[in-house]
Amino acid sequence: MKKSIRIASGQGFWGDLQTAPVDQVRKGPIDYMMMDFLAEVTMSILQKQKMKDPKLGYAKDLVPLFEEILPDIVKKNVKVITNGGGVNPIACREAIFAVARKLGIKNLKIGIVIGDDILGKIDELATKGIALDNMETKEKLASIRSKVISANVYFGAMPIVEALKQGAQIVITGRTTDTGLTLAPMIHEFGWSPNDWDKLAAGTVVGHILECGGQASGGNFSRDWKAIPDLAHIGFPIAEARPDGTMIITKHELTGGLVSSSTVKEQLLYEIGNPKEYITPDCIADFTTIELNDVATNRVEVSGVKGRAATEFYKVSMSYADGFTAFGTLTYAWPDALEKASTADEILRLRLADLKLQFEEIRTEFLGFNSCFGPLAENSNELNEVVMRVGVRGYDKQSIDRFSKELAPLILTGPPSVTGFAGGRPKPSEVIAYWPALIPKSAVTPNVVVEEA
Amino acid sequence: MKVQLIQIAHARSGDKGDTGNVGVIARKPEYYPFLEKYLTVDRVKEHFAGICLGKVERFELPNLGALNFLLHESLGGGGTRSLKNDAQGKTLSSVMLRMELEINETILL
Repeated sequence: MKKSIRIASGQGFWGDLQTAPVDQVRKGPIDYMMMDFLAEVTMSILQKQKMKDPKLGYAKDLVPLFEEILPDIVKKNVKVITNGGGVNPIACREAIFAVARKLGIKNLKIGIVIGDDILGKIDELATKGIALDNMETKEKLASIRSKVISANVYFGAMPIVEALKQGAQIVITGRTTDTGLTLAPMIHEFGWSPNDWDKLAAGTVVGHILECGGQASGGNFSRDWKAIPDLAHIGFPIAEARPDGTMIITKHELTGGLVSSSTVKEQLLYEIGNPKEYITPDCIADFTTIELNDVATNRVEVSGVKGRAATEFYKVSMSYADGFTAFGTLTYAWPDALEKASTADEILRLRLADLKLQFEEIRTEFLGFNSCFGPLAENSNELNEVVMRVGVRGYDKQSIDRFSKELAPLILTGPPSVTGFAGGRPKPSEVIAYWPALIPKSAVTPNVVVEEA
Repeated sequence: MKVQLIQIAHARSGDKGDTGNVGVIARKPEYYPFLEKYLTVDRVKEHFAGICLGKVERFELPNLGALNFLLHESLGGGGTRSLKNDAQGKTLSSVMLRMELEINETILL
């Protein structure tokens, strides 16, 4: 057994720094690289793409990325694990095999994890008494059933472990927990038992530290942010995992950013609920047991993590269409910038009312004044400039379309010294609402396929 | 003495649906007891009046010298439904750190 393995974070979200995964592979030694691509709404976007073209539905950025790094990872035997397969891991695999052929790389083994997409099984599940009602609001699925766009089960680390066991160099999954991408190589390399809860919890905690990329290594850091060196060349975090479940969080030498107990703490607290029960398909981790120590510059040790048995359920992430929104902005300049902007807002609202347009909500914010601080913003008319940002939401598409035509006229028929309409009319977009549910683990089976080409 | 939270803590915030989460971390271990004592659910609820329309929950992580707050109904519906510029609650941390606390003890800043 190896004394430790190095697992690198290559991407914190779809659209993250394109050079980060390349740097992780080239700027120092790593054994694994994990890349998280899927936010809640991403699956519905990918599902729509797949409906239009059955060869789409995965993170297309993976193709140029593998064109760049495939020779390196094959040469160095770095294994790459990503949930960028979206709703079409098979098509993603074929695209990467095509890259391998183009580059003349042979004997590449790619594993995929499928079976998470239950969109076509919702009604069948209902007949078995699995209702998929909203786990937070308790609403019945029937209220939105006809509007559902995507439905995916969150799998954990175990299917990825299986793919690694079968020799996959690249593992592409659909909806897998972000933390599972990091935990899987530890289970695989160290032979951790699937009920060694403390170790699984330790790997899960470290998965949470890695899953947002640079947010653990000096990015978006609220403490002494000015002192973070060379953010332009930020090194994404790397975990050195050991068989006993203790870990070091670090980054490559000669990269920018900072790994300290403070940067790690901020990431540990990011988007968590009750810290005593961080629930994944693999275990329940207790964040109140984590011990952090700055053992050297850019090296933080994580130890002491306790965990408990996983639940009998998988979480299901569903999305459904729920109306439309549109946004528009105009910029007003001194003097009386804020007064001009709020007068423009009043005029706009009177015109929208005259037209008898149907909206569920109209919201106006003044960027530079109150979009972050809301009612806490201190009243000031001395702003150099302020951006009026108006958003509307509703179910009547025609009303949303008409709203888009009412902003530009304010330039010549409202308060003076106004600009910022170069982008043209606001474009309506569809609201994709999120519907979380639970499903018994016994009702779905992850399917692991490893192929060589 | 009066202390602005940013003097003794740093913070990061994010979203889960319509709920904002704000993690508040003591800048020094000795500041953590003051956070526990003064940064109460009631004080936070009062500070976020007009932003947080639902309940406030607080969880303690003494091992990290930190508190985690959940601010329910704070993001205009959350996700793609929200009309807010900050629909993901990324700047709730700044709003939190601007809070002023009246502290009975003396803190060495």
